[in-house]
Amino acid sequence: MGAAAFVRLENITKRFGTFTALDRINLDIAEGEFLTIVGPSGSGKSTLIRLLVGIDDVTSGTISLDGTRIDTVPANRRPTCMVFQSLALFPHMTVGQNIEFPLKLRKMAPDARRARALELLRLLRLPESYYAKRITQCSGGERQRVALARALAFDPRIIVFDEPLSALDYRLRKTLEKELKDLHARTGKTFVYITHSLEEAMVMSDRIAIMRAGRFEQIATAEQIYSQPVSRFVASFMGEVNLFDLNGSDWGGLPVKLSPQAQAAVAVPPDWRGAVMVRPELVRFLAPDETADFTLNGRLHAEYALGSRVQYTVQAGDTPVIVERPFEQRLGSRSGDPVRLGWDAGAVHLIAEVAHGTA
Amino acid sequence: MERLERRLGFLSALPIMALLTLSFVMPLLVVAGFAIMPQKVFSLAHLPDFSSFRVIIEQGYYRSLLRSLGLAFLTTTILFVICWPLAYGMAKVFGRFTLVITLAVVMLLFVSENVRLFGWNLTLMKGGLLEGHMRAWLGTGFESPLYGWPVIVFGMVYVYLPFMLFPLAQGISLVPDDARLAAADLGAGRWRILFQIEMPLAAPGIMVGCLLTFVLSAGAIAEAKLLGGRSVVVLTDDVESAFTFGQNWPLGSALSLMLIVIVALLVLVPISRIDLDTLMGRKR
Repeated sequence: MGAAAFVRLENITKRFGTFTALDRINLDIAEGEFLTIVGPSGSGKSTLIRLLVGIDDVTSGTISLDGTRIDTVPANRRPTCMVFQSLALFPHMTVGQNIEFPLKLRKMAPDARRARALELLRLLRLPESYYAKRITQCSGGERQRVALARALAFDPRIIVFDEPLSALDYRLRKTLEKELKDLHARTGKTFVYITHSLEEAMVMSDRIAIMRAGRFEQIATAEQIYSQPVSRFVASFMGEVNLFDLNGSDWGGLPVKLSPQAQAAVAVPPDWRGAVMVRPELVRFLAPDETADFTLNGRLHAEYALGSRVQYTVQAGDTPVIVERPFEQRLGSRSGDPVRLGWDAGAVHLIAEVAHGTA
Repeated sequence: MERLERRLGFLSALPIMALLTLSFVMPLLVVAGFAIMPQKVFSLAHLPDFSSFRVIIEQGYYRSLLRSLGLAFLTTTILFVICWPLAYGMAKVFGRFTLVITLAVVMLLFVSENVRLFGWNLTLMKGGLLEGHMRAWLGTGFESPLYGWPVIVFGMVYVYLPFMLFPLAQGISLVPDDARLAAADLGAGRWRILFQIEMPLAAPGIMVGCLLTFVLSAGAIAEAKLLGGRSVVVLTDDVESAFTFGQNWPLGSALSLMLIVIVALLVLVPISRIDLDTLMGRKR
């Protein structure tokens, strides 16, 4: 994604009074990209996109689009459009009037407006009869589509999404996530999406930017974030993973036995401080004659069914080790049974402890 | 069970219904009855004729009716224009300061309308608070603005301000901030947002505020009396003199009835089209 920047945010700082919401942010977005910004509440992700569309002004720094500065352009003249968390549909207008709102502002002829609105309804798989429906008559998922159609009618260079799916139930959200990804592919527009769910980000995005306390922790593809998180924060944001404190050759009291390959994989300078990450699905239960680069004896603690997968916790040291495997490969063992765990040298990822904010 | 509830509801509404019938419906019926009596009678025991309405047309009483409605319309328009920004501030901008404004406006209501209008009279009259001081200090005075229709409108705007302000603020608070931001984001300018987003979404509040002020100022009498002197005759003046000096109850009743019918039509049509529940913040 190193191509010439389509959108470039440089040194963006936003303060509200004495509170710094964004602290010297830099971000390049490529044309046609689906970028998702993920972070916990209060990390500054909403603030960032409000600056991008012009609802709020930057305290310092610049935003440019195709090399032209846009941070001084007012929201109503910026070629950006936002799909709000609340969707912000106009309840006193019909679906058609909502979609045509930006077209009417451009003084498009009524016939052309109507044709475009119907075309967008089709694009979003809504029946044409919805044109005359009131917003209050539409369901949550339908409103979502109308909001999207309205944003597309504006024909912005960038569409920004502020957690529009967060209020919907799980199944509808899953469907719409896929539809959104599909829509992105069909329209070729640049999408900037924010969410607090990394799972949601993984489904849709080309790239994911993880935010924490007004700064980016990591900006990378889903795969890179999944397998090589740069910090404990990113690693733990990914869901449940094994993070073992590593201090020289001490694994935080965990009785791990290492093969020569394993020793090479976790060889660190004596003053290095940090953690070893092992993904639960890469940890295996070993048969008595089986070997692995890393081996560990412990006792089975609990079993949790996670749908298509099963999760086990194994008590070995102070921290329980998490193991996950497909549901069909459930273990016959009971709680308290002795087990031997193992994983390969390739399964470990080292996360160096760094002072926060230098990522 | 539901039947029982309905019965109980009816029973508990009985006392207030009886009171309203006696104190509100009956007098109205009496007024309506007198309106069709011959001129200058003092009982309802006469054959109805419609002479009062002929008198209203022939002697030009309809002019004061039009004057009253015109002044009420002007008052409502002026109130809407000056209250909108203030109400907007109260609903969206001022935060805690809103309470100060609310208290200040409500406190006005603690003093009787007549006393406050009389105060304005003393302030504005020739040799009064303003003109008197000016003449004493600068040597020249000015013509008193009293005794003309503009000062009557001024008085009504002053007296009925709270009745426009609070419903408007309530209506504006119904406009979601996101809708305004989204409209701007989609390319709308300030005026367009005002006319196409904010005003339609605040419509219930606008409607209630305008109706209250229109009805109150169409039936107002104190402003015309205390500030307008007798230079501008509004309908309520005519009603009063028909009942008192004129000793012509049927004429007074017919004039009242006309005002009641016209105002009722103007009010009932819009009120049937808005949902008061949304204004009260209740979900449908």
